[in-house]
Amino acid sequence: MFSKKTVAIFMSVIMLLSLALAGCSSSSSSEESSADGKKVIKFMHLWPEGSSNAQFSIVKDVIAEYEKEHTDIKIETEILNPDQYREKLKVLASSNELPDIGMTWSDGFIKPYVEGDMLAPLDDIVENDADLKDAFIPGVKESYAVDGKTYGLPLELNISYIFYNKEIFEKYNLEVPKTFEEYKNVVKTLADNGVVPATVGAKDGWPASFWFMYLADRIGGSTILTDVIKGKEKMDDPAIVKAAEEVQNLVDMGGFVKGSSALSNDDAKGYFMNEQAAMFLTATWELPNYTTSPDVEQEFKDKIGYFKFPTYEGGKGESIDSYVGGPGVGLFVAKDSKVQEEAKDFVGYLVKRWGEKSVIDAGVIPATKVDTASLDLAPMYIEILKDLSEASNVTTYFDTQSSPAVSELHHDLVTALFGKQVTPEDFVKQHKDELADEKK
Amino acid sequence: MKSVMSNKWVISLYVLPSLLLILLLIYIPIVLTGYYGLMDWNGIGKMKFIGLENYIELAKDTKFWQSAWHSLLLGLFSTLSLVGYLILSLILASKIKGANFLRKIYLIPMLLSSVAIGQLWAKIFDPTNGMLNRLLVLIGVDNPPLWLADSNIVLYALFFPIVWQYAGFYIIIFYAALKNVPEELIEAAKIDGATSIQIAYKIKVPLIAGVIKVMVILAIVGSLKYFDLIFVLTGGGPNGASEVMASYMYTEAFSKYNFGYGSAIGFGLLIICIVVTWVIQKLLNTKDVDY
Repeated sequence: MFSKKTVAIFMSVIMLLSLALAGCSSSSSSEESSADGKKVIKFMHLWPEGSSNAQFSIVKDVIAEYEKEHTDIKIETEILNPDQYREKLKVLASSNELPDIGMTWSDGFIKPYVEGDMLAPLDDIVENDADLKDAFIPGVKESYAVDGKTYGLPLELNISYIFYNKEIFEKYNLEVPKTFEEYKNVVKTLADNGVVPATVGAKDGWPASFWFMYLADRIGGSTILTDVIKGKEKMDDPAIVKAAEEVQNLVDMGGFVKGSSALSNDDAKGYFMNEQAAMFLTATWELPNYTTSPDVEQEFKDKIGYFKFPTYEGGKGESIDSYVGGPGVGLFVAKDSKVQEEAKDFVGYLVKRWGEKSVIDAGVIPATKVDTASLDLAPMYIEILKDLSEASNVTTYFDTQSSPAVSELHHDLVTALFGKQVTPEDFVKQHKDELADEKK
Repeated sequence: MKSVMSNKWVISLYVLPSLLLILLLIYIPIVLTGYYGLMDWNGIGKMKFIGLENYIELAKDTKFWQSAWHSLLLGLFSTLSLVGYLILSLILASKIKGANFLRKIYLIPMLLSSVAIGQLWAKIFDPTNGMLNRLLVLIGVDNPPLWLADSNIVLYALFFPIVWQYAGFYIIIFYAALKNVPEELIEAAKIDGATSIQIAYKIKVPLIAGVIKVMVILAIVGSLKYFDLIFVLTGGGPNGASEVMASYMYTEAFSKYNFGYGSAIGFGLLIICIVVTWVIQKLLNTKDVDY
């Protein structure tokens, strides 16, 4: 009997031990070097092989190159899709286990991480590298700065255009509109003929916000929304109310696809890709679909053109070369990283190589300047890169600039604005209240 | 062996692993959630203790009570749908042809992931290209509803895929319970001249009352904390018209970075679930029938 008892106790102890060990396993991840004596840099990014193949390959190639040049370094990647990435980064941050290098969005997203003292300033990388110093398009790097220090180096830059189907425009003898009045006439003609004028995924909020932000830019001037966030202007400025009213005027005219407030951006995109809608206001990340992507038929690509958002008669934003846009993702280095110097060196390297490779290989507009003369690019890219060099202003997306709470409210309210569940007055008032709450 | 099992220390050792797991995965997180609810915390930086402020705000938050109302409506709808499942199961269990095959068909939605079901129904509900509205236009409806885009309809439109999703689960359990009803009772009733409706209503249903009670509780509590399809299909919109408690909690904690307030909502959700479960149990507290 005694022996059985011992066995029972022994078994229980083993079970307990295995439980305890399972609990410990995660804490051993702070190892610095791998078995062969190389320094390990942990790098987490959001371009999985399946859904972002081009980006994935560039990163993979650059890592291979770098490891060849620096034989004492090993870079371990962990790859998640963007939504999962966002969640995981938050969880890692709350337990203080950020990877050595990771990806971040600008402004409102990066701020809590900086305030939590988790990221290392990266100004020294840029200052100490002659190739990087003047490489960035002005204003982009600054989106990742908090209190004058830069905590992220941008990889992408996106600006928004109205893309349109030339065949549909020709069929109804339409010209590219230069002013908002002309744009409304285009909408009217298309709607009268039973064609969906523009498609928009208002359920997600942000795609619909492009319309609101451009109208605010054209009516109230290019700095108005940025000033609202900084507290220099009020959200209930008549120009902003007017912009919200014009959005609803377009809705009333049948200017957007039916039931847009239940469509995601991808659903809405489908209408444009299937040629059921004549126009689609979106950002340059869609460019591969209209130029280089092997998954889209050439016949469709040939039909697609783009134009700048029309100007508004009597509005303060007179320049058609003012864009709404923003940096996409950038790279950060964790403050607690044990290989911080090495990680910073790799970040600088990746940003440079990315700038050279991304336009051609992935069709992405990089945040660094591109020498178009030396590259063999689709005409649309050359035109857009030229536009960018002539841009009078790029206003960062309102929802990127604002805090997460304001940004989320903004998305909900824009959805409601397109669904006509709020009035323009209520739309600005709710923004104003939330912004005021924040200042407290 | 007997002496081993009567030793209190050994018993506790055996119980310990699962006790630890339950504590670690269920009870401690509940206490922590309640505790985080006392904080002003964005989930990343430092926590600030603010006492009951979050809970007081929660009690005054019309958005929260609206989402709670939507959750309760979903619970009511799920409970009503149980009647339908019960009738279906009664038919299936009465030895009709192909019962086995039908049972498997009803089970299929259970096997699909919620995200896949969401994508499927998003395609069905699409205002212009969707299957449903195409059909309505074909049979001559000029302006078919916009379903998920219409704030007056969206909640009810969402109930259908949710109810459809769980049909298989309830049907299989009712079916199994009905198969346990003794054959002799039914034979005897038949000899006495009872119709099949009378048999179903007077004999089968009372005998599986216990199972029905459990199903009602499962349906209501499941509805109160329901999240998946609403998140995938509408994200609570448009304008909060389909927001339920769990989606509201998600938005606050993970999209707005109000982790403290999100935790308070989670705790409120827990309390509402406990209260409702208790009320239902009181209401249904009748004796089990046994012939």
